[in-house]
Amino acid sequence: MVQVRLESNLLGANEMLARKNRGVFQSQGLLVINLMSSPGSGKTTLLEKTIEYLGDRLKIGVIEGDLYTDQDARRIEQKGVRVIQINTEGACHLDAGMVGKAFAELPGDDLDLLFIENVGNLVCPAEFDLGEDFKAVVISTTEGNDKPLKYPLIFREARVILLNKIDLLPYTDFSLERFREDLAQINPTAPVFLVSGRTGQGIKEWNEWLLGEVRTRGIKD
Amino acid sequence: MHELSLMEGVMEIVKDSAAQNNIKRVKHLKLVVGKFSMALPDSLRFAFDALAGVEELFQGAVLEIEEKDIICLCQQCQQRTTIEDGFHFVCSSCGSIRLEIVQGRELYLDYYEGDEN
Repeated sequence: MVQVRLESNLLGANEMLARKNRGVFQSQGLLVINLMSSPGSGKTTLLEKTIEYLGDRLKIGVIEGDLYTDQDARRIEQKGVRVIQINTEGACHLDAGMVGKAFAELPGDDLDLLFIENVGNLVCPAEFDLGEDFKAVVISTTEGNDKPLKYPLIFREARVILLNKIDLLPYTDFSLERFREDLAQINPTAPVFLVSGRTGQGIKEWNEWLLGEVRTRGIKD
Repeated sequence: MHELSLMEGVMEIVKDSAAQNNIKRVKHLKLVVGKFSMALPDSLRFAFDALAGVEELFQGAVLEIEEKDIICLCQQCQQRTTIEDGFHFVCSSCGSIRLEIVQGRELYLDYYEGDEN
């Protein structure tokens, strides 16, 4: 019997490609956000609102991840920004290789801000670095306040958290107090924005924060 | 759900390595999986059984998975805390929430064993 020691990281290939993506993004002075949530939390609607708010001030690009359809990409395209669709054909997450290829197809190198809308899933996408500057996690009030405890990795890794469908809060059992208590232990530093893609509540605050991040990025470069 | 693709990756690594090392039959593989990785040991085992059954190289191979606890280093008092159930990232010595995860994110193939004939 022969023993072969490998100590081989299962995500090593992805991490290598993510570093490559990060290098490309940084060389273009681009802020890149990996947007993640469960299916139906409202990522695409929040993106539409964000593009409406910031579209005049920033050049925004979007990489849309979806299992099979291009419905979200078509919605985003109507907002007049550049968008590339990735269909994962059943895979539950985007990986750095897919993002690298998609970005190469995205026209122009004058973007300020790139959103990568991940496949709706709180589990698998958390493991895959895409080369982004940070992860933004969306959760909606209708999903319940227990999500940070059930999916701690994604909430721990998030730089910013958006609680969407805040207009529906009175109609749900979502406990804002409990949600904040749990987040204080899993991720005490991430700002939490209470937003509604439908009514526009909190969109300004989230976008002004985002604008600050893009500007800080510009100064760093 | 991504365990199947992770396991495909494991088997690709082992296949390449076995070819280089002239190993004809793999008997034992050891994975190390941190409790703060999103890969579930049971799902990895299921994926392994499904994939290994159809590959001659892996016939009869045993998959061992070592799970690693989540351990944090406190940035305040430099003590180590093991995070138990509930994922409450609070230092057990001083109560600080400024913790760095130093163990628990592992996801790697440690080694495999096999026969040359």
